[in-house]
Amino acid sequence: MSKHTAKEVLLNPIFANNPIGLQILGICSALAVTSNLNTALVMSVALTLVTGFSNLFIAMIRTQIPASIRMIVQMVIIASLVIVVDQILKAYAFSLAKQLSVFVGLIITNCIVMGRAEAFAMQNPPWISFLDGIGNGLGYSAMLITLGVVRELFGAGKLFGVEILSLVKDGGWYVPNGLLLLPPSAFFLIGLIIWGLRTWRTEQKEPAPFRLAPQVSDKEGC
Amino acid sequence: MEHYLSLFVRALFIENMALAFFLGMCTFIAISKKVETAIGLGIAVIVVQAITVPANNLIYTWLLRDGALAWAGLPDVDLSFLGLLSYIGIIAAMVQILEMLLDKYVPSLYNALGVFLPLITVNCAIMGGTLFMVERDYNFSESVVYGLGSGFSWALAIALLAGIREKLKYSDVPEGLQGLGITFITIGLMSLGFMSFSGIQL
Repeated sequence: MSKHTAKEVLLNPIFANNPIGLQILGICSALAVTSNLNTALVMSVALTLVTGFSNLFIAMIRTQIPASIRMIVQMVIIASLVIVVDQILKAYAFSLAKQLSVFVGLIITNCIVMGRAEAFAMQNPPWISFLDGIGNGLGYSAMLITLGVVRELFGAGKLFGVEILSLVKDGGWYVPNGLLLLPPSAFFLIGLIIWGLRTWRTEQKEPAPFRLAPQVSDKEGC
Repeated sequence: MEHYLSLFVRALFIENMALAFFLGMCTFIAISKKVETAIGLGIAVIVVQAITVPANNLIYTWLLRDGALAWAGLPDVDLSFLGLLSYIGIIAAMVQILEMLLDKYVPSLYNALGVFLPLITVNCAIMGGTLFMVERDYNFSESVVYGLGSGFSWALAIALLAGIREKLKYSDVPEGLQGLGITFITIGLMSLGFMSFSGIQL
């Protein structure tokens, strides 16, 4: 296995190997919490910390974990970390915790955390695993924050609840696009972002399962 | 009875697990290329959901919630912070038990479900169902109905998406949008369709 440098594991997941855009991991929460920037930001921080620390702890005990029960061990570590995050949020930011409702708890089943633990932390020393966790968390955060900014700015004319574009109903000029606050818009936006990413970095394209044959007339076709 | 029926319909259409709450998206996208496998996975989710939500409801009512341990002489103990850990433990254990039981008694179904069963442990729809059950304070019989309804909702969504994706193979999608991109946009359109159920008052 090739050596991983700190910079590479930290920065690669942001564009080149984005966990949401390319690996299709952890989409569940990406969509539900992004209708405003506040919740998106809190969710990003929470997930980045959990991924980082779970990678750190799992990498520390990776030689001691028997292969047959490694899932349970990983699950317990991740669940404990999420409980800590959940309790802290409930103690210091109760209204935000209410808004995020079940999605903090769902970090446990977020495939990014589990995926990185299984794919990276089980084979690498603690420090570099920690950075890998943080890097993947940042990749996730980048996507979440982009979505949060677009949805809140154009859907409600605000950022962090502060008015940026003055709305028509308050005598301003901007007609908000209500669709962006609804769930389906998140899918459209992610679809478009993926399109953009793949046009920019063509190596991320999936090979087509088969090519469409050019149109032929009945006689030529067999 | 009417109450349970409306709870079921609400869980199935209005609060569709996949299309209104985006739960279980990873598997939803990864395993929806073929209708057959999608239906297999859907059935597995229904079964697991219908077992784990009521099971976790019992755990929550009798062990974890504030004052739940009164029957053991400990009325002041509140263990609800242990919730997340216990629920995921129950889910993992249930899936494991189900896998062993199926392997022993119904091998044909076991082979059909195959690799999907262990995948279900990390499916957010299952965990999400349990967390919603706790948040909304369902009692035991409500949790049974909710478990069934939400399981069916997820199965319905994945079967529909697989149907669309099978047809989508024959369409000429712009490069770069092929595969993942167009799948997202398809799901967005489906979710838009399901939003029309939200006007129903139950």
